[in-house]
Amino acid sequence: MKPVASLAAAAAIAIGAAGPALAAPAAQGQAADMAAIKDQLNALKSDYDAKIGALEARLKAAEDRAAVAEAAAPPASSAAPPAGAASGEVILTDNSASEAAPKSSSPNAMNPGVSVVLNGNYVADSRDPAAQRIAGYALSDDGKSTRRGFSLDESEITLAANVDPFLLANLTISFGSDNQPSVEEAYIQSTALPGGLTVKAGRFFSAIGYLNERHAHNWTFIDMPLPYRALLGRQYGDDGVQVRWLAPTPFFLELGAEAYRGDRFPGGGNDKNRAGTQTAFVHTGGDFNSSSSWLAAASYIHTQAHDRVTDGLVGPDTFSGSDDLGIATLVYKWAPGGNPVNQNVVLSGEYFYGRQRGTFDTVAASRDPRGWYVQGVYQFTPHWSTGLRYAALDRIDVPAALRGTTFDPLGKSPSAVSGLLEYDTSEFGRFRAEFTHDTSDRRSNDELMFQYTVVYGPHGAHRY
Amino acid sequence: MRRILIAAVGAALVALGFAAPASAALQVFACEPEWAALAGEIGGDKVSVYAATTGVQDPHQIQARPSLISKARTADLTVCTGAELEIGWLPMIVQQSANKKIAAGGRGVFQPTDYVNLAEKPASLDRSQGDIHAGGNPHIQSDPRNILPVGKALADRFAELDPANAATYHARYAAFATKWNAALAKWSAEAAPLRGQPIAVQHRSWVYLENWLGLRRVVALEPKPGVPPSSGYLAQVLEVLKKQPVKMIIRAAYEDGRPSEFVGQKAGVPAVMLPYTIGGSDQAKDLYSLYDDTINRMLKALK
Repeated sequence: MKPVASLAAAAAIAIGAAGPALAAPAAQGQAADMAAIKDQLNALKSDYDAKIGALEARLKAAEDRAAVAEAAAPPASSAAPPAGAASGEVILTDNSASEAAPKSSSPNAMNPGVSVVLNGNYVADSRDPAAQRIAGYALSDDGKSTRRGFSLDESEITLAANVDPFLLANLTISFGSDNQPSVEEAYIQSTALPGGLTVKAGRFFSAIGYLNERHAHNWTFIDMPLPYRALLGRQYGDDGVQVRWLAPTPFFLELGAEAYRGDRFPGGGNDKNRAGTQTAFVHTGGDFNSSSSWLAAASYIHTQAHDRVTDGLVGPDTFSGSDDLGIATLVYKWAPGGNPVNQNVVLSGEYFYGRQRGTFDTVAASRDPRGWYVQGVYQFTPHWSTGLRYAALDRIDVPAALRGTTFDPLGKSPSAVSGLLEYDTSEFGRFRAEFTHDTSDRRSNDELMFQYTVVYGPHGAHRY
Repeated sequence: MRRILIAAVGAALVALGFAAPASAALQVFACEPEWAALAGEIGGDKVSVYAATTGVQDPHQIQARPSLISKARTADLTVCTGAELEIGWLPMIVQQSANKKIAAGGRGVFQPTDYVNLAEKPASLDRSQGDIHAGGNPHIQSDPRNILPVGKALADRFAELDPANAATYHARYAAFATKWNAALAKWSAEAAPLRGQPIAVQHRSWVYLENWLGLRRVVALEPKPGVPPSSGYLAQVLEVLKKQPVKMIIRAAYEDGRPSEFVGQKAGVPAVMLPYTIGGSDQAKDLYSLYDDTINRMLKALK
């Protein structure tokens, strides 16, 4: 196709140049020379006609060849010289001479896509976060408050690729602020099952709720809202299998179920053939109009804990029993004309409804935790957004035997309000500041957090 | 909780029963309005076309909305520009749609940029260069001459996926090509005054338009593709425009108008909004009026 375009361009230039050039001598010509000039003109004209005819024929032939050469083959990239900026354009920036792109089919060609996420925090608290609790709730290590001072927050390396025509694989290794690498996600996923089915197996974040499946760098705020921290240990991820089915309906409807080992909070100590944790979820959504869209979800997680140990108020706490949790989710997004680049709004809210039955430390009891949060983020101009979040957990009164333990709400109904200011250098770089007033312990805590997040390498697009 | 879930699953299954495949027509998921229109021209009533974006949306940045996923689920073919234009959102939609017909590498994927020569292929890839596309500049629809090879290949693809109607697709393409060639001749006559005129652009999305109409790009308002200009950078642009005056500053309908309006006012040059695609302006209603309106707006600015 390249020769066709250049031939066409050449022809166009030839014609364009010919016009004025021919007209000029004719205007000045003397009568005696007129005939000679006319002859020359005619000769030129026929010459051009012949040339253009030839060009057209070649163009036709080239087109035919291109048609024969089966559309699937893209034009050879080597044919086109790097055009760069159009000739004559003034380039103001330092577009330093670029080296030729390597085009060899080296062994690297089949390497997986490598992407890296770096996160850095600075946190200042009015109370020591190491001693800060959510009154009445046993917290897993991940559910606790962020450390004070400067810290490298979770850094991630993701390796992802298609394994073959039927499977893809994804490995995410994260490095926490404790310098310990951990396998955050490692899963294989089907890519070619019929009927809208997708199966995933390995270690991965559960698709329950709205925020649960997101990696830390993609959270709306720097930290997770209270209900996620208290009831799911920040986010639930474990070893297991997941099946999703997307219904062929005219609106979006997705059903899914998961089975997990059940070793992670709120489960723990599961070492049996049967899955310790089961989940189910339904997602639906659509557009109100071209500017606004919505997502609604209902999720359910059931887990079993056997002597689950968590750090407590006075030494470790244990829990054995069943933990059930239902989550109702609503998300609304607005962008003028559906173009989120300049301005957009994202509102989301979730309600948590749970039941924990079993032995808390040594006391048999049943507790029904409730919690919710609402949050909104408004991008008011390109690269700048601001957000507000309110999160709360109900107070759960406990039997007398549990007074003074971690499970004692101490008369508090935990809640926290957070404000966010965000500046994005691009889709791949972000700076955030968040202020939180937290009244989930006996004495309230004010927290100021700063964070940078960068993503580099071929990072996949994010979910809605 | 369990009972609610069972009820929800039951309701979903009932809903599914009613949502039988609508018709035998080829389901086309077009990422941009121009390809939706082209698919309609060639497929006629044999295809059912869904346009995933509108003329006022930036095709680089689209939210992976649930409605797009449900449309992709039932698609037989995606017609999406390619050359990484949709890399920020389409892969997620295709993956979530669990529809192997439109998975990468399949015959259900049709990328118009595969059928034309791309300009501005970067010699090196680095994100410090802004939002560059490895395959070259993907904004091919700004030159209507590119519509023909794409249309021909699309007719072939329709025929391949739906052999029963192959003759219809080829006949419709032939009729379209005749009409289109006539329109091309008309546009090139109308646009003659634009030939050789110096212009400034906001985003470098017009290289094909420049080639077609013989426009001379003097400067771009974005320092790097996809990076909005700072006021300091715009001052530099103004210096350039003092030495090398331009006739107009063009931008796409979906772009923020402020940089080009600002520079236009300072330099005393009209800032021209071009539809970029169908639906970008009230006048650009179909493929033909898209280029009518593009040329009209530029001619008006020239006066």
